[in-house]
Amino acid sequence: MDRTLYRRISNIVFVVLTAAATLVALTALVLILWSLVSKGIGGIDSKIFTMTQPAPGSEGGLSNAIMGSLIMCGLGMAMALVVGILAGTWLSEYGGNTPYGHVVRFLNDVLLSAPSILIGLFVYELLVRPFHGFSAWAGGVALAIIATPIVTRTTEDILNLQPSALREAGMALGAARSFVIRKIIWKAARAGLVTGGLLGFARISGETAPLLFTALGNQFFSTSLTQPMASLPTTIFQFALSAYEDWQRLAWVGALLIAIAVLSINIIGRIIAREARRS
Amino acid sequence: MASAALPTDEPPAASRFAAGKSMGETIFHAACLASATLLLATLSGVVISLAIGGWPAFQQFGFGFLTSSEWNPVTEVYGAAGPIVGTLVTAFMSLVIALPLALGVAVFLVEFCPRSISRPIAIAVELLAGIPSIVYGMWGLFVLAPWFAEHVQLPLIMEAEPGSWQDKLFAGVPNGANIFTASLILAVMILPYMAAVFRELFLTIPPQLREAAYGLGCTPFEVIRSVVIPYVKRGIVGVVMLGLGRALGETMAVTFIIGNAHTFPDSLFASGSTIASTIANEFAEATSDMHSAALVALGLVLFLITFGVLAIARALLGGQKY
Repeated sequence: MDRTLYRRISNIVFVVLTAAATLVALTALVLILWSLVSKGIGGIDSKIFTMTQPAPGSEGGLSNAIMGSLIMCGLGMAMALVVGILAGTWLSEYGGNTPYGHVVRFLNDVLLSAPSILIGLFVYELLVRPFHGFSAWAGGVALAIIATPIVTRTTEDILNLQPSALREAGMALGAARSFVIRKIIWKAARAGLVTGGLLGFARISGETAPLLFTALGNQFFSTSLTQPMASLPTTIFQFALSAYEDWQRLAWVGALLIAIAVLSINIIGRIIAREARRS
Repeated sequence: MASAALPTDEPPAASRFAAGKSMGETIFHAACLASATLLLATLSGVVISLAIGGWPAFQQFGFGFLTSSEWNPVTEVYGAAGPIVGTLVTAFMSLVIALPLALGVAVFLVEFCPRSISRPIAIAVELLAGIPSIVYGMWGLFVLAPWFAEHVQLPLIMEAEPGSWQDKLFAGVPNGANIFTASLILAVMILPYMAAVFRELFLTIPPQLREAAYGLGCTPFEVIRSVVIPYVKRGIVGVVMLGLGRALGETMAVTFIIGNAHTFPDSLFASGSTIASTIANEFAEATSDMHSAALVALGLVLFLITFGVLAIARALLGGQKY
């Protein structure tokens, strides 16, 4: 009897503890989202999108940072999609089971979780120091290096999910392997590939550390790829650590914009993935 | 001329998708292989560039670079023990905080929570895992640090008797920017990620195992302790390693709130620094060649630490996709 009671009580304690853990975790996350919204929402107006970042005390927005983020993320994604999809295809369709394939897969996983600031250092040594200057190109390459492993990983996973009957059917019609991959497998896996790209995009749109020593930041509006370029994360970093209240307010607005962008990209990716599974 | 329709010995011209080693086939295969190799080249490039860039520092300070805690850009003496210890301490403390919570969340969502609530919570947790770390950092700087300084740090310091162990443990500038709050922020950041992966891990357990245990009369607690957890033990350790890898290499969330002092953290509320925060703060304004070399050398140390941790994680998780 005692033992039953003990078991019952320990079980109840356990259930309560796990529920409490969930409550604590959700509270922390809700608190963060709440500060983000309450401190950021008041500052969102048309000036944010039309004016460049201000000197302390004067009026301004974040248009140069938003533009810079879009340009560099676009650059990074363009590179990451090409390399990532081809590399993922190689892992899934050609050499994934060779010793070299295992090495590449492992290194891709390492790259996937490597500290992003080290990617920044690497691109600094590779592109900034030799060419004597920070540039949007360097920022784009750094972001590409972060997004590529994600795209590679999702591409390989998605292609592995495609039924081998599809490949066999193509082969049986006499199609070449590359034709089967490009016109049948990629097409069947289109939604998954898009989702992978969106996940990579969501990841790099909030990355700060790799941009600090590659694109550096720029207080003016610039679309030149060979000049330093502003980006939302680096501007937030600079403004948040400043002593000026209006800069700190803009930093909150920027953080809110990034969070909204990342959340909506992730949600769109999920919806696409789910629709694809359903059809 | 008119015999074009007659069969000939020549092979038919390759149609645009015919099998065989056509030019396009070779090019496509080569492009895929080249892309895979580019990944390998990138990672090798990271290691090599960090090693070359940091070489002058290793040459100058030798092994003392890792053991000395004097970091002084004015006298050009660089010892990395402070940031290295700061990195390890904050990462482990954040793990100690986040691991039980993440396990609790995952168990609750998989085992106890009604399905109708569990799915939305799970999705929310997964989405939160994607929030950029700079947002967590800002929250730490503007919300957590002031609150912590006023409501936790000050009372603890006031109550501690001078010279007692509490006094030593809680010593520090009461501004909320210290290694403990940095660990807290890191914990909040890796928590959704770990919880989401734990949940997926628990969902891989065959239902028969659970049902068999329940059939023997186990309580849910016993099922989880004796069946579920042992079944995914390796995976759990792997996820812990992945969480650790994230915490070790995290830059922005920590830089905002750790206080950025290069000394050895000597109390729980002491200001400190991590490798990543030191690089982020100083690299763009490095005063001399030796200063940047020392920072790059720090980067190499960080890379080797995280590489080791990630290698263990991958070995334990096997082919699973996290």
